[in-house]
Amino acid sequence: MEIIAQRPKALTKLGFTYCPGCLHGVAHRLIAEAVDEMELNNVMCGVAPVGCSVFAYKFFDFDMAEAAHGRAPAVATGMKRARPDMHVFTYQGDGDLAAIGTAEIVHAANRGEHISVFFVNNAIYGMTGGQMAPTTLPEMKTTTSPYGRKTDDIGFPIRMSELISTLVAPYYIERVSLLSPAEIIKAKKAVAKAIRYNKERRGFTFVELISTCPTNWGIDPIKSRDWARENMLPFFKIQCFRDKGEGVE
Amino acid sequence: MAKILMKGNEAVAEAAIRAGCRLYFAYPITPQSELIEYMAKTMPKVKGTFIQAESEVAAINMVYGASGCGKRVMTSSSSPGISLKMEGISYIAGAQLPAVIVNVQRGGPGLGDIQPAQGDYFQATKGGGHGDYRLIVLAPSTVQEFADMASEAFDLADKYRNPVLILSDGMLGQMMEPVEFKPAKTDEEIEELGKQHLSWCICPNEDGAAHHHHEINSLEIDPTVLEKHVNELYKKYAIIEQNEIRYEEFNVCDDNEVLCVAWGTASRIVKSAINELKAEGKSVGLIRPINVWPYPYAQVANAIGKKVKKVYVFELNTGQMLEDVKIAVCGKVPVDFWGKVGGIVFTPAEIKAKLETCF
Repeated sequence: MEIIAQRPKALTKLGFTYCPGCLHGVAHRLIAEAVDEMELNNVMCGVAPVGCSVFAYKFFDFDMAEAAHGRAPAVATGMKRARPDMHVFTYQGDGDLAAIGTAEIVHAANRGEHISVFFVNNAIYGMTGGQMAPTTLPEMKTTTSPYGRKTDDIGFPIRMSELISTLVAPYYIERVSLLSPAEIIKAKKAVAKAIRYNKERRGFTFVELISTCPTNWGIDPIKSRDWARENMLPFFKIQCFRDKGEGVE
Repeated sequence: MAKILMKGNEAVAEAAIRAGCRLYFAYPITPQSELIEYMAKTMPKVKGTFIQAESEVAAINMVYGASGCGKRVMTSSSSPGISLKMEGISYIAGAQLPAVIVNVQRGGPGLGDIQPAQGDYFQATKGGGHGDYRLIVLAPSTVQEFADMASEAFDLADKYRNPVLILSDGMLGQMMEPVEFKPAKTDEEIEELGKQHLSWCICPNEDGAAHHHHEINSLEIDPTVLEKHVNELYKKYAIIEQNEIRYEEFNVCDDNEVLCVAWGTASRIVKSAINELKAEGKSVGLIRPINVWPYPYAQVANAIGKKVKKVYVFELNTGQMLEDVKIAVCGKVPVDFWGKVGGIVFTPAEIKAKLETCF
């Protein structure tokens, strides 16, 4: 019997503990598939964040570090500098990367650290129960913006891919989405490219994955994808911002 | 090897490199800037990593990452910067990682000033960061000792998989004294040192070896698992308390009428005063904790001779180690304290005047 699909080797046997309809499992799988396909299982390592994916260190079947909130790019910097023979990635949510960890991500990118960053943006804090994120959309209601995010009071959502694109050093920056099978296939290519560039020591790579949070948005999983398409994608445009390997500057 | 005249900040940096430190992450702050500058200059020459981090917070988290890879790594700062590092230090202690942190203390609280002080004793020895943990804390009193403590700190960190803090101050950092260095570890020796951590650290899977999944982590969401983890840490701390008490006795004898307790820079000033009193026929002893955690409680108590009327604590703060001395003395004799703050260092004459009131 020919096996045409199976759990990637780069994932442990532990079942994901995410909410029904959550796309973290998809994002994890894309990274794991890329690691398997490039046969990097013995030299891969990663950094898990604080947020819903805090337990990512249990799910990837290679060495993992769990970082303090927002500090993953600094931890990954230490890891990559200590073990240049290994490939290092961080996996971070929007609160982790775009709020408490803004300094760490900007400066790791600016140094052109040889790491891959996977940034899952679903416009809300999931683990702590649906608070406003730096990427929460204008007028979007959360538990800490119960009357909607007021831009004259708390400002606009931060576009991290665009912000990082202002820096000279980063090698590859792309925003993709996980809202349909076709989009997931495109996201897979971006994830794999980021890891391949990392393996080839090209420089800092950054992939933003537009995702959903059915639980805290209070929208069922299928409709939440429509909601993200209608509300997030106009603000967070799907785009390759830079790919020095293919001449996109 | 001949002695070299060096600032404490530079001497501890050179000694750390000689001890096999090849990764250093830090942020500039007075009065420790010569340390980061020495590392910037020297690390490239030994093919090491030097990064001037974007913040103290980032620097300590770089240390967490590199230490998680089983490599000898160091950061340094001065008081306000050490406060910022406390988050990372707690994580490093929780994840049981070996790392060395140098604090060249200055006056506080807040921005304080940039003069020598000993106001971070509580922070260093009683916590500082969140949660139940202990740092091994070494307190040098000379530039030579500051330098020697670099290699001792790395050895202790490796032995116990625990962060080690060298608690110096702006006086020791800025002052020049002759230093003799230990021979530098060779690349082969450094590689060999790293091997002791391969069973737990982030490292490649060797071809043919069983696939490993190492986690560098301080998170235990199950309370019963966290309880077990914290209790295991405390078993380790109990072993450190048994093995790593270090102190110096100076002029401690049966004739002592006063026993002084002082650490770091303060202790050398007390020594000068004791020598002057000795010439006048007045017997004063000094016990100097070299490691301030674990603390030499029993040794302080045992040093109280039969004629001792008073234990006198001198610190460059408002009385922090004083609390440990009171625990040690346990009411046997009166304990008095005098300190100076604001970054002002007391003189031997001032200490002598205080001690003369005891006779």
